[in-house]
Amino acid sequence: MVSDASTTGTRRTFRMDGRKLAVFAVRYGIFIALILWMVAMSFASEYFLTWTNLLNVSRQAAPIIIIGVGMTFVMATAGIDLSVGSVVALVSVLCGIWVAAGVPVVVLLPVILVIGALVGALNGYIVTLGVPAFVVTLAALTSVRGVGFVISDGYATPINDPVFAWIGRGGLFGINAPFIIAIVVAIIGWFLLNRTRFGLYALAIGGREEAARVMGLGINRMKIAVYALTGALAAVAGIVISARLSNGSPNAGVMLELEVIAATVLGGTSLFGGRATIFGTVVGAFLINFVRNGLNLLGVNPYWVQVVTGVILVIAVLMNTVLNRKVEAWARATTEEEEK
Amino acid sequence: MSVPFIEMRGVSKRFGAVTALSDVTITLPKAGVLGLVGDNAAGKSTLMKILSGAILPDRGEILIDGMPVDYVHPIGAREAGIEMIYQDFALVPELTVAQNIFLGREPTRSFAGLKVLDRAAMNTRAAEMFGALGLRVPAVTLEVQALSGGQQQAVAIARATGFNARLVIMDEPTANLGAPAIEKVRETILRLKRNGVGVIIISHRLEDIFSVGDAFVIMKQGRVVGRRAVDDTESGEIVEMIVTGRDPRETTQAPTEDA
Repeated sequence: MVSDASTTGTRRTFRMDGRKLAVFAVRYGIFIALILWMVAMSFASEYFLTWTNLLNVSRQAAPIIIIGVGMTFVMATAGIDLSVGSVVALVSVLCGIWVAAGVPVVVLLPVILVIGALVGALNGYIVTLGVPAFVVTLAALTSVRGVGFVISDGYATPINDPVFAWIGRGGLFGINAPFIIAIVVAIIGWFLLNRTRFGLYALAIGGREEAARVMGLGINRMKIAVYALTGALAAVAGIVISARLSNGSPNAGVMLELEVIAATVLGGTSLFGGRATIFGTVVGAFLINFVRNGLNLLGVNPYWVQVVTGVILVIAVLMNTVLNRKVEAWARATTEEEEK
Repeated sequence: MSVPFIEMRGVSKRFGAVTALSDVTITLPKAGVLGLVGDNAAGKSTLMKILSGAILPDRGEILIDGMPVDYVHPIGAREAGIEMIYQDFALVPELTVAQNIFLGREPTRSFAGLKVLDRAAMNTRAAEMFGALGLRVPAVTLEVQALSGGQQQAVAIARATGFNARLVIMDEPTANLGAPAIEKVRETILRLKRNGVGVIIISHRLEDIFSVGDAFVIMKQGRVVGRRAVDDTESGEIVEMIVTGRDPRETTQAPTEDA
């Protein structure tokens, strides 16, 4: 009898440790994946773990991080914004044309940000009318880029301006400007999400809109605000991308929305709202870009990169939804057991 | 006769072609426990959502201590001391217990000129609130979705009663609860009553109101069809009024309105 009881006891502890491990693996899977990939790549390629390469990847990840911060807020409210790549294109076209026309940069940059915010606010406003965010922003995806094509007539315009040159190729203390901008945006975003009413209300609305409504939170105002924020950040990314390429083009940012959404979901922000993490989005953006970079260094056919990114995304969403729910329920069951 | 504590006067509300409430007047003379009963679609929940600021009435007014109030928002109602406990508790599963309790009225502090959530104050005050109410939850920093149904109700009760409420509205507080939890809800109602807080209960379970209530208001199809003091009626009469939508005493006796 005694031995019987003790075996049950050990088995239970062991099982509970297994549970904790599973919860940990699912919660932090993305971080573990990034570290494993970086370790593996360091062995596979001598160029991978060099300062130049890391900075290079950080520059590529910057636009995704910048927009991803906005997308994290939109997803926190259980929304989605597919129009960000097209906002990048529109902004790129406007930068090219206005710099060529001699508009001073101190005027141009704020105006561009306001335009991005207005496109976002319009998206948000239509969402508050009850149209699904997916449809609203899908329509914006085609029409906003369309506006870019109309304005530019399909042509790209070279950008020659010292401020743009610094944004694209300059830096501070050896770190490139796009990444510095991205980190500043991410820190502000983290602060907004975790320390202010704005972030809390976004999560509350995404978690259970009806509860947020009867508690008197301004649902419509909040929704318009998160889409406007994302639009403005897409404009920032559009400026960075145009500056990096010294080019204002209506073809800028094609498929960017998918990379941003992938990074955000990879990071652990829930597609269904109520759960969001800026840090995860940054890590997600790095994972996507390190995978691409690693495969490039290994000489893998670049077309495979798209395939691999898609596969990673599916696995991440699977972890984010089905597995996460199961494991969290499991963890909860364990806690309740312990209480008894 | 002094002014009533809470009065809703001539309240009407339509949703499209549907008349949810037509010219409803109810009064709560003083802090006491009022049971609002009626069939489905009688308009009980709509009436209470208007009182709690979640729905705007088309017509009518709300008076507290004889003074008309014109809040257009749940936050305005809560500032006037009117709180509501919703049937589904209206909690956000992903937020913590403390975040849910303070949702919409978070304590903030100033940080470099910015308003920042004071999370420490939120957690401390939420924990104190549970202590003072004798309610128990594992931890105020836990996500609400990790709590059992009874614990979630404790959070909803704490949120509604912890901020010096003057009137607490409860929508079906004992639906889907086991006997011990029902007992806990009744204790909460009696505690509120002792502390001079008014309570309005929407309930299908008449025995709840007979056990802790002072009076009934019976509604049908958006109208008030009758009122009774709890010690002046019995279950059968209330059920009859709910079903027929008529006050039997009004038909059998001569009109005694101005008595």
